[in-house]
Amino acid sequence: MKEVKLMKGNEAIAHAAIRCGTDGYFGYPITPQSEIMETLMAEQPWNSTGMVVLQAESEIASINMVYGGAGCGKRVMTSSSSPGVSLMQEGLTYMAGAELPCVVVNVVRGGPGLGTIQPAQSDYFQTVKGGGHGDYKLITLAPSSVQEMADFVEDAFDLAFKYRNPVMILSDGAIGQMMEKVELKPQKPRMTEEELIEKYGDWATTGKTKNRKRNIITSVELASEEMEQFNNKLQAKYKKVEENEVRYETFMCDDAEYLIVAYGSSARICQKSIQLARAKGIKVGLLRPITLFPFPSKPILELAQRVKGVLSVEMSAGQMVEDVRLAINGAVKVEHFGRLGGIIPSPGEVVTALESNFIGE
Amino acid sequence: MKEIIKEENIVYKKSVVLTDKDTHYCPGCTHGVVHRIIAELIEEMGIQETTIGIAPVGCSVFAYDYIDIDWQEAAHGRAPALATAVKRLMPEKNVFSYQGDGDLAAIGTAETIHACNRGENIVMIFINNGIYGMTGGQMAPTTLEGMKASTCPMGREANHDGHPLKITELIAQLPGTCYVTRQAAHTPAAVRKTKKAIKKAFENQMQNKGTSFVEVVSTCNSGWKMTPAKANDWMVENMFPFYPLGDMKDE
Repeated sequence: MKEVKLMKGNEAIAHAAIRCGTDGYFGYPITPQSEIMETLMAEQPWNSTGMVVLQAESEIASINMVYGGAGCGKRVMTSSSSPGVSLMQEGLTYMAGAELPCVVVNVVRGGPGLGTIQPAQSDYFQTVKGGGHGDYKLITLAPSSVQEMADFVEDAFDLAFKYRNPVMILSDGAIGQMMEKVELKPQKPRMTEEELIEKYGDWATTGKTKNRKRNIITSVELASEEMEQFNNKLQAKYKKVEENEVRYETFMCDDAEYLIVAYGSSARICQKSIQLARAKGIKVGLLRPITLFPFPSKPILELAQRVKGVLSVEMSAGQMVEDVRLAINGAVKVEHFGRLGGIIPSPGEVVTALESNFIGE
Repeated sequence: MKEIIKEENIVYKKSVVLTDKDTHYCPGCTHGVVHRIIAELIEEMGIQETTIGIAPVGCSVFAYDYIDIDWQEAAHGRAPALATAVKRLMPEKNVFSYQGDGDLAAIGTAETIHACNRGENIVMIFINNGIYGMTGGQMAPTTLEGMKASTCPMGREANHDGHPLKITELIAQLPGTCYVTRQAAHTPAAVRKTKKAIKKAFENQMQNKGTSFVEVVSTCNSGWKMTPAKANDWMVENMFPFYPLGDMKDE
């Protein structure tokens, strides 16, 4: 039987984490995502599934706890918001370098610096372009509903282990805080130690048994030639991710003369904008990237070749628009519209931006 | 020689838990001795299959090359955070961190103090040679007043560089720790005492007693620019008065 509940996006993350068999959550409170840890602590999953939940002394410690747990082959996660995720960049580059799977939820707020606690999408660059030092990528899922907040936790773990790479769920304060109905999946058991060793025993630090060499989780390699080889291996992995894992959704694109590209909260607003625009006779459609890395470049280009203009709508000064432009490569005019610092654009503003950039010409 | 090298004449053997790889440590360095102690203990206690080590950043970054167990290599200072998660997620395993002074007492102070304060059921081994060895002999938080380092070439001056940090004394005050001790490894007797201390630390973990913390006051011949013998003498004369050996806590 379906279990449908009304809850916040942050709460949905917590419940989904327990239900998909997560082994450990290590975090540090920060608005607007503290309900994730609060919900986990209230649910006490250590009594029901054995899941470890621990409040660390900092975001730096929590991401490094995630590193330790992931190194054991465990399904471990953390969550934070923008300034906290900045502190986690060290751990993330180490995890990418050690090829460790994990899930990190970023419920983005306005910045830079301490900024505001209101929703923004201004961490796009930090998330999809690496964030920490070195050539690495985070697989990035961008939910636009409370349902997707729940669903993407398990998806993120699956991707993280499939590619042995950190996966970011890039949400924002609006989706984290808003309440919607969500259908929760039934409880899955956590992996037993035997199952874990069977699946990940070739690399995870589960204790060196007599029948194998010691497993070492590390990212240090002093010889440049070998480091280059490792980097090439990483890049080949990212290419495979780009070939296989692109996810996106389209809305009213069949007859569209204009295209909006928007993700997360912005995409929700743009659906309304499209209805408003169409009522005025402007045929516009939406492409919503669900994965931000890998970016849906090909479908965007295909649609762009059939329209007169493309508008990237994002709650930032224009970050994703760079990837949209790269995808389209000059085939058609691309413009950006966004509000900054925690302001959510109104559907009407988006229509005005569409008109002023394209229709008025 | 062949007549002498007989099984019955052998009084000491390399532990099977030590790999055959030559270490990268400088002659006279304490890391090799402490590695040997750990390997011997893992062998004697029969815990090779259940022990997971957390290696630091610094000279002993490659500790995993020498001790034949599963290892995780931590970012600078973060070993206690890794150890926390490994132990909490695999409570039946024996988990220890191995860290130097820069790692444990400078960049990782927060992780060190909070892991100890939570009473994480782990072993922390702290090699304190009062200097940054790997990066070429810069000042450490534990560098003594008046002691020269490349970033305090005239000698550490408390008014300018701050005071040397007795992190072990700080940690001993935390209720999460059950055993806090300071040892050395410059003489056979000291090596035996350090081995006993580390053994007790592992036993405490098996008894779920909380955090055991073993500091080993050490030398860095290269960083100190002394011969190994001179470095040992200098340590006895200068380090021991400020970092006195012995148990600070044993509960």
